[in-house]
Amino acid sequence: MSSKLKLATAWLDGCSGCHMSFLDMDERLLELAELVDVVYSPVVDTKDFPDNVDIALVEGAVASVDDEKKIRKIRAHSRMLIAMGDCAITGNVPSMRNPIGPDAILDRAYFENATIQPQIPCVVVPKLLKTVKPIHEFVKVDVFLPGCPPSADTFHTALTALITGEPLDIPALTRFGA
Amino acid sequence: MTIEELEQIAKTVQLENSRYDYEVNVCMDLACASQGAGLLRDALSRLAEASGKKVLIRKTGCMGPCSSGPLVRVDPDDTLYAKVKETNAEAIINSLGEKPVAELQCDLNEHFDKQVRVVLENAGHIDPEKIDDYISRDGYKALLTALTEMTPNGVVHRITESGLRGRGGGGYPTGLKWGTVAKASGDVKYVVCNGDEGDPGAFMDRSVMEGDPHRVIEGMAIAAYAVGASKGFIYVRAEYPVAVARLTTALREARRRGLLGSGICNTTFNFDIEIRLGAGAFVCGEETALLASIEGRRGTPKPRPPYPAVSGLWGKPTLINNVETYANIAPIVRNGGKWFFNMGSERSKGTKVFALTGRIKNTGLIEVPLGIKLWEIIDVIGGGVPGGHKLKAIQTGGPSGGCIPADMMSLGVSYDALMAAGSIMGSGGMIVMDDTSCMVNVARFFVEFCMTESCGKCIPCRAGTAQMYTLLTRICDGTGTMDDLELLIELCDTVRETSLCGLGQTAPNPVLSTLKYFKNEYLEHIMHKRCPAGVCSMAGAPAAQTAAAEVLA
Amino acid sequence: MTEAPFDVKTLEIDGRELSARRGQTILEVARENDINIPTLCNMEGLSNVGACRLCLVEIKGSNKLLPACVATVSEGMVVSTNTERLQKHRRNILELLFAERNHVCSVCVSNGHCELQSMAQDQGLTHVRMPYRNPHLPVDASHERFTVDHNRCILCTRCVRVCGEIEGAHVWDVMGRGIDSMVITDLHEDWGKSTCTRCGKCVQVCPTGALFDKSKIGSDHPKYPDFLPYLNLMREAR
Repeated sequence: MSSKLKLATAWLDGCSGCHMSFLDMDERLLELAELVDVVYSPVVDTKDFPDNVDIALVEGAVASVDDEKKIRKIRAHSRMLIAMGDCAITGNVPSMRNPIGPDAILDRAYFENATIQPQIPCVVVPKLLKTVKPIHEFVKVDVFLPGCPPSADTFHTALTALITGEPLDIPALTRFGA
Repeated sequence: MTIEELEQIAKTVQLENSRYDYEVNVCMDLACASQGAGLLRDALSRLAEASGKKVLIRKTGCMGPCSSGPLVRVDPDDTLYAKVKETNAEAIINSLGEKPVAELQCDLNEHFDKQVRVVLENAGHIDPEKIDDYISRDGYKALLTALTEMTPNGVVHRITESGLRGRGGGGYPTGLKWGTVAKASGDVKYVVCNGDEGDPGAFMDRSVMEGDPHRVIEGMAIAAYAVGASKGFIYVRAEYPVAVARLTTALREARRRGLLGSGICNTTFNFDIEIRLGAGAFVCGEETALLASIEGRRGTPKPRPPYPAVSGLWGKPTLINNVETYANIAPIVRNGGKWFFNMGSERSKGTKVFALTGRIKNTGLIEVPLGIKLWEIIDVIGGGVPGGHKLKAIQTGGPSGGCIPADMMSLGVSYDALMAAGSIMGSGGMIVMDDTSCMVNVARFFVEFCMTESCGKCIPCRAGTAQMYTLLTRICDGTGTMDDLELLIELCDTVRETSLCGLGQTAPNPVLSTLKYFKNEYLEHIMHKRCPAGVCSMAGAPAAQTAAAEVLA
Repeated sequence: MTEAPFDVKTLEIDGRELSARRGQTILEVARENDINIPTLCNMEGLSNVGACRLCLVEIKGSNKLLPACVATVSEGMVVSTNTERLQKHRRNILELLFAERNHVCSVCVSNGHCELQSMAQDQGLTHVRMPYRNPHLPVDASHERFTVDHNRCILCTRCVRVCGEIEGAHVWDVMGRGIDSMVITDLHEDWGKSTCTRCGKCVQVCPTGALFDKSKIGSDHPKYPDFLPYLNLMREAR
């Protein structure tokens, strides 16, 4: 058994930009790999969210029933939950549909712009929630890392501090829209 | 006009009235009028004429116990009839000189015995559209006394001596305010009457303006003399068309009698009053917003200082008092400050008019000496809670006030005691609630009121009340969490401490006071998804939620 | 006794002994001495309305918080500008603003130049606990040069004041009440059809991306409100 911390990253309704920025840590990822095992992530081939995760980084807002199930499961199995980026924290771009509602969005996407077989998919594609909400509206979040996306430096400084238990001043690192 | 002339008018009226053997006073206030008091009066006039008896039929302002309306009082016997219908007119006219009509007579002795009428002394006794009626009951005597026998300073001194505090809600010492305006430098000063009564369930000021308009005018004229103003404004909400009409008539009559205008009563004192209508914004009851509205600008408050006493209407020193405050002035000038000072409690002097509404037998207007115990108002004057229900709480002070629980009924009604209990005196709304009221829902109602009435200028009030409403709605829906409650409490603190004007600063009071005394009801809603009073639907509670549609079909 | 032309008051702000002229506001004195008090509705060169409530300060001996932008100094006053209580209220007020309308920093023209955004960072705001209201608000792009996006407006009324007080056009004003308040041009005409003089002052004083210049691309839209005190100075000199 490894004594390294178990790190998971998850992707809800977001653009994956936060994950890209995470990967932008480049060679510093190797340092990080000394400290953690990545047990679940879009870049890891694990299907189910494992038990006893130490740190979970979540990108994206909660926009569908599927997202809601996922975030509840992640929370249940993680010691520390980090909301990664503006979508997870504020709803950001995905939440721009909120003022007009999901019906208008679905109509535009699947009827008005469809050239063949206009229909709203109901199999496999998860149902949309009425409003897109940040993840802390559903579960308790331990750390908020705003930014669109948070920079690689932000990730590096924040994760290092969180893993080693050093003090962390997030507003000095990043902000909404950064 | 001199004192002698006033007395002459009073004598003429008395002589005129003495030609009648009986006086039948019909209450024509809104509550009675809406139940057919107009038809009743017509029937009484018709039948009185036909009967050949010498009867004076008089339409008056509010008599008080609105729930018993339409009300008719027959003098000189002082017989009060309740719930009188047009069809009862004949019986009443026939009974004159005979025994009173037993089945119409109402037993409201207890209701009236505990009351002391200063502001409402003329209510139900005079025709508000006749200045001579007012004069016959010592009307305008105080103004003439002030103008001919007192210095402006003397008037201020007398008001200070009386211990009168502002009746609009704040409870600021009236004499002190007058003194400040009197001392303020500047040759142009204004006197303003705040008649923008907007609290839900409150109608004290409307009754005074409709039932005894000259009392307000006289109070304002005395104030103008005391502070050195020559122009006054009465700011009335447009939703009070009868008050506006009565005031307009009263102003016209007062001018004709030389009680307003230039060289009033052969002195060098000039004063006239204009009526300004409010367009229905609650926030215009706040003094700086009211002044902005009179000036023709958007009715939004300004930070104080500078206070209106220093820089008010068009930057000039301005005295602004509530209708009821002005209504107290004439009796104080007439009877002396000591007389007023001897009524009431230690730090709250005189009487206060309350609009008693809600789950109580006798709803309507009451006037009580301050310091009176709440239970005396509820059980004796109000006649208790009907229908076998249990008293739960009393809401005072309108949307800025709070709820006082049933076990605090031994509380004496005063500015300080109500404040200490987490409520305020306010302008005098008193809503009685029994066990069928959900206190969370009550808090939500008042917060919704403040949210829609916020002017939108400052952030804490504009967005804060809206967020408080959202959080309270969650709790009422059964979707609220303990985090929501915690956030609500924190938000209350910020809105209270940081809002620009009184509306926002007091908007959290209904929430804070219900949380103080009825926290278990909040917890029941949140933890057990249950509304103890059975008022809230709890439609969003998790059990219902999975079935219903947070999710699209 | 006649009053001295410069009646000097001494006071203490955040533990520093300072002197000020009579009639100066607490905010003016603080800024002269490099003490930062956050503000949003205040703007040098415009009248003060005391609406944003971010500049509230504590005065020793009084439980009431005073807006530094309008409260004037008095002798012996002891002012605290950054207590825990004030910080908490400021964060709450900022949260209220973010939740009130649809502020999406990442796609805003003012990203990186926005006073609301940087103030949130200064005050240590990393998330908004209050439920987002997500109101449906219009965007008026009828003007040939400028756009107003009501989603980003915080109702500071700087545009209203600069248009009325400096430009003298009074095209902007506020409509509605409470949470439904909105800035409007003329009597709620389209901006493009209004009596706008196209001076662009409102765009320069707008603290967020609510008013912006159509010619700016992406988030490259810094604003330059510094012209205001200069303009006032030149006008006074004339």
